[in-house]
Parts: sequence; structure tokens; C-alpha cells
Amino acid sequence: MTTFKQRMGSVWEWLDDRLGLRAIGSIAEKKEVPVHRHTVWYYLGGMTLFLFLVQVVTGILLLFYYRPSAEDAFESVQFLMAEVEFGWLIRSIHAWSANLMIFTAFLHMFSVAFLRAYRRPREVTWISGVVLLGLAMGFGFTGYLLPWNELAYFATRVGTQIMEAVPLVGGFMATVLRGGSDVSGATLTRFYAIHVAVLPMVATFLLGLHLFMVQKHGMSVPPDVEREGGAKRSMRFFPNFLLRDLVGWLIALAILAALAAYFPAHLGEKADPFAPAPIGIKPEWYFMFMFQTLKYLPAHILWFEGEVVGIIGFTLAGLLLLLVPFLEKRSTRGEPSRLFTWIVVAAIVYIFVLTYLGYTADPTV
Amino acid sequence: MVERGPGSGTSRRGFINWLLGTSFGGLVLAVLYPVGRYLIPPAAGESAAASVTLSIRPEDVAPNSAQIFKFGNQAGILVRTPGGELRAFSAACSHLGCIVQYRDDVHHIWCACHNGHFDLNGRNIEGPPPRPLDEFDVNVRGDEIVVSRGA
Repeated sequence: MTTFKQRMGSVWEWLDDRLGLRAIGSIAEKKEVPVHRHTVWYYLGGMTLFLFLVQVVTGILLLFYYRPSAEDAFESVQFLMAEVEFGWLIRSIHAWSANLMIFTAFLHMFSVAFLRAYRRPREVTWISGVVLLGLAMGFGFTGYLLPWNELAYFATRVGTQIMEAVPLVGGFMATVLRGGSDVSGATLTRFYAIHVAVLPMVATFLLGLHLFMVQKHGMSVPPDVEREGGAKRSMRFFPNFLLRDLVGWLIALAILAALAAYFPAHLGEKADPFAPAPIGIKPEWYFMFMFQTLKYLPAHILWFEGEVVGIIGFTLAGLLLLLVPFLEKRSTRGEPSRLFTWIVVAAIVYIFVLTYLGYTADPTV
Repeated sequence: MVERGPGSGTSRRGFINWLLGTSFGGLVLAVLYPVGRYLIPPAAGESAAASVTLSIRPEDVAPNSAQIFKFGNQAGILVRTPGGELRAFSAACSHLGCIVQYRDDVHHIWCACHNGHFDLNGRNIEGPPPRPLDEFDVNVRGDEIVVSRGA
């Protein structure tokens, strides 16, 4: 009589013959994670990935009740929050996980910048990562409007109007994005399509590329650790590193549940295009430093509108960020690059200070 | 550049490649063009009306206050100055398009989004707005208010 184990064994053999499971297993077995004093930063990518998966699951669940139209959207979210069992939980987790995901993605990016993990041959990994962060912010911007409440309505009005300041193509781009000259029901359906179909498709593709590159090149060892030499220590990815990852993910899930329970997502008032903008409209926190910068720019700088200068500045900054592996070559040559460290520190300080001012400066003075 | 007739072998391959490449390019264009046009929203039937009769009665707007009204699909703001005069402007801030409101404490039209101030002639006097608010003409006919775009 064949035992259950033998029977499962033969099923496994059958599948292995056809799918090549053993090859996948041996890849997992060979994958090693370097161990040194900066190893802790390796967990941030996996943490961001976990939060992304939470977004996929909760996002799909929200689709079961959400109705994408200017007439229905607010009421459908209200219904979800008030009537549907655990509706508040799903939506709150979606909102909190989105914020935490962007936070960990930023941390991940800055840690990669400090540890020089973008240097050759990982340029494509860096670029795909920066674009993924941009997509995450796009997810945030489009998703913010979907409940169709007052704050989101005016934040989107401002956000798309800022785009209009871009020379030559800005007005056209803003019109296509909004589906008209103003934020309206047409904007809502567009943002919905972008949020639930376009961005997920592009993000899935780029995420696949990003993870494939990580798998192909392995984890980068920081140059200062490499310079010190000494015995190279490492741990196996499977199961040692993955189990540590899992502990982090469980902690993240617990934090998400706690945040969702104690600070559930707000809904506010339904958007009214014919009501004055409320005091203290705010973008999501990760746009705050840019928003606040625009506030401090004067109406005109030389012969440009202040906004235009700000937008061009941030576009250039984004481009420089994308090109970091090609601009900072010293670490590829194995030399220290203190200047770059200071630039990253300055960027972090700038983001911190402007974000702080954005939340504390009096909006009515 | 050597002109190759359709007789030689390499040019036949070249011709086929050219044909395939052009056809493929044509196919891509034939797909992208309709998709591109589809994504550009049709021009909204912008209200051509040059004037609108408000549902607000003149006595409903007290001095030193204002009300938002609809001008087609745009928002306008009807202000009664502390002196009692009625004035109307586009309510879309010239900065980033937020809907403005009246501040009775400072007698300004004010945008809450970025703290932009306009005086009661619609002039941008403080904060980021780069231009004055568009002004409309206000006519009171009996107990009706008619707002019209300036000529």
C-alpha cells in the first residue's frame, strides 16, 4: 500500500518532469544574502513588496463595492464604511498600507543611495526602482480622488492645474488627464481606469523586472564593507533570510491592523464643484514638500510664473534621481564619494523641513 | 548611395524588409492614432451663453458678503461690497483654480488653497495668484440679478 507521502512524491515527480520545479528549487537554495553591519537595510525592499501585495488584495476587495461616478462614488464609499461588515477595515488598511508602502519605498531608495547599491551593474535595478516609486506616487494621486470628497476634489484640482503650468504641452496633458478643462465626473472615471488598470499593469511589469534584476545580480555589498575586506559572511536566502522577512511582514500587518483600528480612514464631505475651497486642503504627505515649495515661490521669478520654475526644478530633480548611477561614478571605481552622501542628506533634510512646514505653517496668514 | 533594382537578390530581401517594416509601422500608427484620439476628451459644450440670470435676489446678498453662483459650468462669485455695490468675478482663483471665498474680516476675496488675496476689484494683491480674477458685469433688473461677460 502506498503511503500518502509516496503518493505526493509521485505527484511532485510528475509536475517536476513538466515544469522543472527542481531548477527553481536549486535557484532558491543557491541564493545567498551577505551578512554585515548594513544587512538590516536589505529588508526594506521586501517590506515594500509585502505592502504592495496588501494593496493588491485590499484594492480588489474595494472594487466589489466601489462605483466610479461623480454621482455614486461618495455614497458607495459611505455605504462601504457604514454598512458593509469590515468595510471600514478594508478601506482603512488600503489607505494606511498605501502610506506605509510609499514611506518604506522612500527609505529603501535612500538606503540604496547611501549604500551605493545602484553602482554598476545595477543601473537598471535603480532606474526601475525610481520609476516604481513614481508609479506609487501616481497610485496615490489617482486613488486620493476616488472617494470624491471635498478635500480630494480640490487637491486634484490644484494638482492637475499645476501640470497646466508646464510650458507648451501642460494644458494639453492636463486636459487629457482630467478628461476636460475642469475636474469632473470624467476625471473620476479616468483616474479610476488609471488607478485600477493602467498603473497595476505597468507596475507589475516593472516590479517583475526589478525583482529579476535583484535575483540576477544578487545583493550588493556596500563599498566600505568591501574595502575593509575580511571574511565574507552570508546567510541562505531560503529559509534563513525569508523567515526573517516573514517576521517583518507579520509585524507590518499588526501595525496596519492597529493603525486601521485606531485611526480609520476619513471620508469627510462630498465634493461640490460650486463650493469655496475648504481651508487647509492638503495633498498626501509625500507631495507635501513639493506643494509647500510652490507656496513659497513668488508669483513671478524673472519672466516666468513661479509655478513654472518650481515644476521645472522638480522635473530636473526627478531626472537627476533617475540618472544617479550614471552621474556618480566614483563608487563604481571603488572610491569614496562624500559629495554624493551630502547631496542625499541635503535632499532628506529639505523634504523633512518642507513637510514639517507644510503641516505647521498657518494657512490663513 | 547605390540604387538597387528589384532584380538582385539582396534588394529583394531589402524590399521585403522595407515592406514588412512599413506595414508594421503603418499597423502601429493605425492602432495608436484612434487610441490617442480616443483618450483626448471631446470639446465640452461650453456654455456659449454670454449672460446668466441668477436665482439669488439682490436683497439676499448683504453688504460685506458674497455668494457663489453657476455661470454655465463655471463658478462665479457675487460680492456686495461694504459700500453696497454688487460685483461679480470668476470664482476660479487665477493661481491654481480653487474656488475663492469672501473674507468679511479683511474685505478681500480670498483663496484658501494657497492664501491668495484679491481686492474687491478682483486685483491680485497678496500671495501667489499671478493675475486678477476675470470680472463680469452685474445688472440688477427689478429683483433679478443678471451677470454677463464683459464685451
